[in-house]
Order: sequence, then structure tokens, then C-alpha cells
Amino acid sequence: MAKVIVITSGKGGVGKTTTSASFSSGLALRGNKTVVIDFDVGLRNLDLIMGCERRVVYDIINVINGEVSLKQALIKDKNCDNLFILPASQTRDKDALNLEGVARILEELKQSFDFIVCDSPAGIESGAFMAMYFADEALVVTNPEVSSVRDSDRILGILAAKSKRAVEGLEPVKEHLLVTRYDPKRVNAGEMLSVTDIQEILRIPLLGVIPESESVLKASNSGTPAIHMDKSDVADAYRDVVGRFMGEDLPMRFVAEKAGFLKRLLGGR
Amino acid sequence: MSMIAGLIDYLRGNEKKTAVVAKERLQIILAHERAGRGTATPDYLPALQEELMAVIAKYIHVDRDSFKVQLEKHDQYDVLELNITLPDKVNSRR
Repeated sequence: MAKVIVITSGKGGVGKTTTSASFSSGLALRGNKTVVIDFDVGLRNLDLIMGCERRVVYDIINVINGEVSLKQALIKDKNCDNLFILPASQTRDKDALNLEGVARILEELKQSFDFIVCDSPAGIESGAFMAMYFADEALVVTNPEVSSVRDSDRILGILAAKSKRAVEGLEPVKEHLLVTRYDPKRVNAGEMLSVTDIQEILRIPLLGVIPESESVLKASNSGTPAIHMDKSDVADAYRDVVGRFMGEDLPMRFVAEKAGFLKRLLGGR
Repeated sequence: MSMIAGLIDYLRGNEKKTAVVAKERLQIILAHERAGRGTATPDYLPALQEELMAVIAKYIHVDRDSFKVQLEKHDQYDVLELNITLPDKVNSRR
């Protein structure tokens, strides 16, 4: 049975699209037929992060309006055979989305895909609502920073009250915490909320920690999802996230400060 | 002694770390915001009050000030309370 996963956060700029790109790529690299949908109608960006911006011809609104078939609008990813992208419309606004249309698209995608990843726009308005309404599971992307944590809490409240699963009284949406832009050095200095602090406040299971890293900007510059970046912590961290999501028991990495040269020489870790 | 101890305290930075402050502030504000959540958010109360007033005004003349709608939260249940102070002499339409 196909699973619908929403990547959400409330706050903007915390790494939803970065995560959507790497998470869906990671699922596909493991052989799962995966599609990632950009719900940010009017401000599409997933295409840029995935590096397929010049191949966008049709978008989700064209499909909803019945102008083209779903097959015509899906773009095959350049890095993974099993991954497809459904871009958002850049010229329309978010009111062009509607629940019936989204439901129809998801039903059709469920016939041929294992995972449907929904990249939510920031905020709590209709675009974000459409992205999370049909979700079976949610990745709540949070930065170790007060406004991001508060907005994540708000999103969790909405998932618990207004998602389809909540409204229909089904089993609740399965929630996962993903802490991004984490800097263990600043945490140790008492300048940044720790993963434990965030977990204690939001009270949902931790799926992973993505360290603050220069390679995220390099990845977006080149239109390659960060998970494909060689020798980068971020790529390793996202691979771990996907592994845990698939049920593997992997130790949390990137939560402790990296040992310096001298410390490593002296045998510390 | 005390001067040196004080200086050490100061240098060690016995002031609260900002991450601790952040956590405390979040815990307080989120406890407050979560309490206001739940099935019956009072968002609809002003609209409800307007509509109820419109209905009642069809039959009785009541002052805007003598009409109160309140939602009280209890552990197991919520109470929706309508408080209408009727004028001394009720003027019904007919």
C-alpha cells in the first residue's frame, strides 16, 4: 500500500524542500518507486533543488484542471531511476489547488508508486493544508531555534486536529521529528537548543539530525539533492534518516561535537 | 576572598545560557498555546454571539451589553454559557 508522507514545518527556510529532495531520493535509491510533489503553488522551488527546472512543461494545476494527464506532468529524476517529480505551478496562486483535485491525483499515484512525498509550503494556509491533509506520516522539520520549534508545535496541533486521518477518526498521522541545521559546538556552548530539549518540548519521536553544513548550499547551487554529495555529513545524515524511516535501527550521528585533531590524536572520540 | 570569588563567578559566566532561556520560554508559551487548542477553540465565539443576538433580538429587545457568551474549559467537559439579562419589562413583538 502506497504511503503518503508530508514534509512540513510551519516556518519557512528550515529545510523542507532540501529534505523533500534528499528524502525522496533516498527512498528511490533503495529501490522504492517514489514521487515527490511540490505543493508551493506560486513559489515553486523543488524543481531547482532537484535540478530539473528546465524540463518543467506541465504542473500539478494543469493536472488538477484536467488539461494534461498525470503521466505527462511527471518529470523523471536525473539521478534516480525510481524517482519522479510533480512540480507546482509558478504562475497560479494557491487557491488553484483543491482537495478533490489533490485527492484524485494521490489516488492515481497510489496505483503505481510506493511512496508519495509532499513538499509543503511554509505557513498554515491552504497550500500547507492540502499538502498535509492526506498524509499517513509527517516529517516535521525543525531548526534548533525558538520560532521554528513553536511553529512545529502548531503544525503538530493541526495534524492532530485537521488532517483527514484526524477528521475521519482513523489512526493518527505518524509524526517524526527531523532537526536540521544542527551545530553540536554551539549546543555545547549553551547557545543552541539541544536535540533532547527539542524532543522534550515537541514530544514526538526523533527520526534524525541533519548537521549545519556548507554542502547544502553547494548542493542547491548545482541542483543536486544533498544526499548525493560525496563525503558530506549531510548526505550521510539523510541516508540514516531514510534507513530509520524504513525501520532500521541506526545510532544517531552528528549530535556530538566533532573531535579536533589533537583530541583524535590522543585517542578521544 | 569574596572579590576573587565574585570575579571567578563573573568570568565563568554564571549567567544563564541562552539555550536554557530559550527552552524555558518555549515551555511556557507552548503550554499556554496548547491549552487554547482542542476541539472547541473559542475562535467562533464572536460569530456565535452575533448570530444568537440576531435571533433573540427578533423576539426580545436586549442590550448588546446584557448579552454574554462564554466558554469554560473543565477537565472532562466544556461549558458554553449564555448569559442574557432581560430588561425589566419584556417587550415581545406581539
